[in-house]
Amino acid sequence: MCLAVPGKVISVSGSDSETGRTAVVDLQGNRVETSLALTPEAGEGDWVLMHAGFAIEVIDEDHAREIWQYLSAVIDPDSSSAATEQDQP
Amino acid sequence: MSAAGPTDRVVLAHGGGGELMNRLLREHVVPVLGNPTLAPLTDGAVLPRPEGELVFTTDSYVVTPLEFPGGTIGRLAVAGTVNDLAVMGATPLALSLGLILEEGLSLARFDRILADIAATAAEAGVPVVTGDTKVIERRQRSGVGKDDVADSLFINTAGVGVRRLDARLGVDRVQPADTVLFSGRIAEHGLTILSVRNGIEFDTELRTDAAPLNHLVAALLDSGADVKFLRDATRGGVAGVLTDVSEGRNVGVEIEEERLPVSRTARHAAEMLGLDPLVTANEGVIVAVVAGADAERALAALRGDPRGRNAAVVGRIVESDPPMVELLTQAGGRRVVQRPYGEELPRIC
Amino acid sequence: MTRATQTSLLAQQIADAVKGRDRVQVMEVCGTHTVSIFRNGIRSLLPPNVRLISGPGCPVCVTAQRHIDAAIELASRAGLTVATYGDMIRVPGRVDSLETLRARGADIRVVNSARTALQLAQRNVSRQVVFLGVGFETTAPATAATILEAEQLGINNFSVLASHKLVVPAMMALLDDGDVPLDGFLCPGHVSVIIGVRAYEPIAARYGKACVIAGFEAQAILVGLLRLMQLVGQGRASVENAYAGIVREDGNPAARRLMERVFVTCDAPWRALGVIPASGLELAPAYERFDAAKRFDIVIGEDCDPPGCRCGEVIQGKVEPLECGLFGSDCTPVHPVGPCMVSSEGTCAAWFKYHWPSMRQEGRT
Repeated sequence: MCLAVPGKVISVSGSDSETGRTAVVDLQGNRVETSLALTPEAGEGDWVLMHAGFAIEVIDEDHAREIWQYLSAVIDPDSSSAATEQDQP
Repeated sequence: MSAAGPTDRVVLAHGGGGELMNRLLREHVVPVLGNPTLAPLTDGAVLPRPEGELVFTTDSYVVTPLEFPGGTIGRLAVAGTVNDLAVMGATPLALSLGLILEEGLSLARFDRILADIAATAAEAGVPVVTGDTKVIERRQRSGVGKDDVADSLFINTAGVGVRRLDARLGVDRVQPADTVLFSGRIAEHGLTILSVRNGIEFDTELRTDAAPLNHLVAALLDSGADVKFLRDATRGGVAGVLTDVSEGRNVGVEIEEERLPVSRTARHAAEMLGLDPLVTANEGVIVAVVAGADAERALAALRGDPRGRNAAVVGRIVESDPPMVELLTQAGGRRVVQRPYGEELPRIC
Repeated sequence: MTRATQTSLLAQQIADAVKGRDRVQVMEVCGTHTVSIFRNGIRSLLPPNVRLISGPGCPVCVTAQRHIDAAIELASRAGLTVATYGDMIRVPGRVDSLETLRARGADIRVVNSARTALQLAQRNVSRQVVFLGVGFETTAPATAATILEAEQLGINNFSVLASHKLVVPAMMALLDDGDVPLDGFLCPGHVSVIIGVRAYEPIAARYGKACVIAGFEAQAILVGLLRLMQLVGQGRASVENAYAGIVREDGNPAARRLMERVFVTCDAPWRALGVIPASGLELAPAYERFDAAKRFDIVIGEDCDPPGCRCGEVIQGKVEPLECGLFGSDCTPVHPVGPCMVSSEGTCAAWFKYHWPSMRQEGRT
């Protein structure tokens, strides 16, 4: 019932204790500090499902990208390239 | 705190009308905003008699934090009022600037905001010709972690412009078969502000979209397209404007989810926060309704301007009883779009 | 194939799966499903003999008024900061809401994560920070992990007002009640990430109802509904995972272990549904010192639901929002009476937001 979004672990830090491991997760240009306490197996480069500041699951890249694709589908429909990145003003 | 000698923060005496205020204006305000009309700091600005009807508008700005990715409250204050004139079909002539500073505001921050005001005014090509400065007592703060709101600044800007003879704008002109366009990507301002709000901060590539759009509107009106209605979408998002059109004219508005200009980053940030981009604030987006036959011309005119490069046709005006705004969803379904009921809060569940 | 074509194909298949059946009633028990269904206009794609009910899937909607009042009591105390998810701010207690209290100077902070609340406590040692632990199994492990982190870091000015709820016991209570005949459930995707697929087996085995776990975007919901309709059409009471890329058979055991260490199951009051056995979480004895109610001597009182409010029946699918006398008149999103209208995931709020003009037509402004 809760909002969870997929993202990629860019870096891992914090202590190696049970609850101290944290990661920076990239969500398409948004970077969020996320706890790995619920996914002790997660590491740099992994894709995770993020909810309320915690990674709740390690997921595979294909499924993550599928969800990203759904979320991104509404950009710039007239553009010929699907990979339209955000322009800076 | 001594009022004499240099200080790095605003003190009450800065608003007192005396020497300290004089210094504040001459050392901080005028050099940055300076133009021949403002510099003498007379009680009022004398403007040349305009050719045509005057349009007059005012707005106040109370956003916190004062500085955020891509801009400051200063930029909002100039762009917002310039844009209100522009969507009325007026060429902006001049702005007034009313500042209310809180005792304790850092002068360095004040300078940054002034610089932003000056830069935005220059971008718009509209001078600040008169203004006022007041200082209020430092307010009590309670609770944890409120240091970033330790200094406050409120701004009021008023603007005057001359209505273009070729501008025939008004919701009364809107008809079924007209086309609805958005001049740029939506939801970026609201999401940017949330990204720096205490308790839900996150790093983002998003920037406020706040920008003066008078040149963009001029390009649209110059194109010869039959532009029937313009409004800048601010709080309440584009949904607010579309609902205004629907209710004001008793028509339906149909927009297509697949055509909405939303950046990937904004889309993901909105998803993460549980927000709907349609009701999220903008500060640099115009909603335009143009005659259906002129849709291509209008789109080309918008896209030809740097501020309109992400413009898109998003839908159309239709007959509808009762009048409502409907979104044709990606899934092929339909659902109603309404104004938000207040501030949309980020949610988790 | 375009998205729209795909979805109309799915819609057709759904209609085919239940062709000839009088009435199929299924329930979704996830606030995020509720919102997605409304936002995507899913109901407009379903055949007329399928009724999709929005059940008690919104944790805000089912938080008992007594817990809101306890949070308000805490926020009224000097030196105390209440940190909460945004969802809870506008929910009315007996008299106030956290929002109105904040306007009167109480220190109430919206946070996106329990850890942010813990960080507030770390940075402000002279204040007590209380975090409102609300949400289902997706969220409870996060609260548990945060309490463990507080313990490990020796943070003494942090505590939690716990009112987490469990989904499967609620589903069983609805079925026990029996007032609303249900053929099956669309199960919440992210709760299932934690609890796994097998957690729903009692629903199938004991009650003979089909359960399909589904994702959240429009297509995923339609795929889940199609599978559910097919099972119902075939009379098969089984549990299936239509969110297989994300939900594992056994869920997330590490998250469950943390949850089970910090919390114990308890009988819990659900707003307007009454007390449901073994449906909530309270702090385990080893972690009682993090219980805000105990630390600050808060008495959790009784609920006193506003007269005329039918949120409880709406949550159970017994009535539709339109059937509540307050809906659209005394109770609107601008001045909500009950939690179903306050929460953006609440059924009433969703109805009002997405169906309002047609309601206006019926004279219900």
